Amino acid sequence: MKPAAFTYHDPRTVEDALRVLADVGDEGKVLAGGQSLLPILNMRLASPAHLVDINKVAGLSAVSADAGGVTVGATARHTEVERDEAAYAVQPLLRQALRLVAHPAIRNRGTTCGSLAHADPAGEMTAVLALTGGAVRLRTSTAEREVAAADFFLGPLESCLRPGELLVSVHFPAFPAGTGTAFVEVARRHGDYALCGVAAAVTRDGDGTVTSARAAYISVSPTPLVLDLTDAAPDWAAAGRLARERVDPEADIHSTVAYRRQLVEVLTVRALTAGVAA
Amino acid sequence: MTEQVRPVTLVVNGTGHRITVPVRRLLSDALRHDLGLTGTHVGCEHGVCGACTVLLDGLPVRSCLLFAVTVDGADITTVEGLAAADGTPHPVQQAFTECHALQCGFCTPGFMTTIAAALQDNPDPDEEQARAIIGGNLCRCTGYQNIVKAVVRAAAIARERA
Repeated sequence: MKPAAFTYHDPRTVEDALRVLADVGDEGKVLAGGQSLLPILNMRLASPAHLVDINKVAGLSAVSADAGGVTVGATARHTEVERDEAAYAVQPLLRQALRLVAHPAIRNRGTTCGSLAHADPAGEMTAVLALTGGAVRLRTSTAEREVAAADFFLGPLESCLRPGELLVSVHFPAFPAGTGTAFVEVARRHGDYALCGVAAAVTRDGDGTVTSARAAYISVSPTPLVLDLTDAAPDWAAAGRLARERVDPEADIHSTVAYRRQLVEVLTVRALTAGVAA
Repeated sequence: MTEQVRPVTLVVNGTGHRITVPVRRLLSDALRHDLGLTGTHVGCEHGVCGACTVLLDGLPVRSCLLFAVTVDGADITTVEGLAAADGTPHPVQQAFTECHALQCGFCTPGFMTTIAAALQDNPDPDEEQARAIIGGNLCRCTGYQNIVKAVVRAAAIARERA
């Protein structure tokens, strides 16, 4: 199918974009990579009156990394983040997760900020933001605020983004020294939405003792779920059982509740084991 | 409402085109309907099947998930642009012929553009890497085995020609 008609805006500066977004209010939708938005428009699940295309806005495409973490601008493509060596050195979980986001042709266009704004509970980057304790920067024509992952996601496909607001960048903090990370998932088909996905971060001190073992989950909760499994460390089988008890997934046509719980346990063990080895 | 239209410049397979299209025109439809380049096929029209894959500034993308207005000025390669100017088939095209990697041919343009771009990144893929390369493209005829062979063969042809 084809999208319904809309009024198109392609501002060249952030200020112009924010002015247009303020004008169109809740009748406006931001277009970045469009890899989630276009299917929705094509299938006419949504028909916003105004599309504000930010692809031509200057100054939003940067990926920058320093010792504190990685900052990604609103129009930086998944592929650019995935291939950025400095970003990988500081926060390897980004590349580990991005390899599982759809297919290369989607990642070449889709944006990391856009996938967060979309707030799909199956979206890998929501778990990365939650596990790293990152934050998004939101701007309107008159104000700016930074919102932590825990406050940003409100429910499936729902964030705290308000009409007129633009997600201009996201910051993924680095983990402490001695941290290993991994992202594992199970999907029905390669590149398809995961039935369950787990991001893990395991921190050890100089003696090799685990000081922190945490995991974040996709597709098993309305918003990304973060579990602290440090108490079970280094018995990862016990950590898997602990995680299984603490999730409350729903059934859908792809998976039963019991199967999702099973995936949570198995993938928790795999992710923590891989995180320790990383 | 009156439909909003915009002039758009697309450089497709090295030739510049100036067209005026409704702002909601998908790139896939702009290529097929406005430019008459019907080599790009439209399957699912929501980004799943990969048949409409074209190269945008050298990188594979789904043309059904892009508006023509948003890629104004961009350099696009479609399946029609893969062969050399003298008509010599692209290594991927020759490999598809040799390996019998197509049956009905509907999905083939998307596979060819995807594989052509991937071989720029990885000129010597093994079979497992070949499967990963084509993981985002659906084919309902072949069972994929001969397409995997064609990926490996295309890389060999490119090396033979070099």
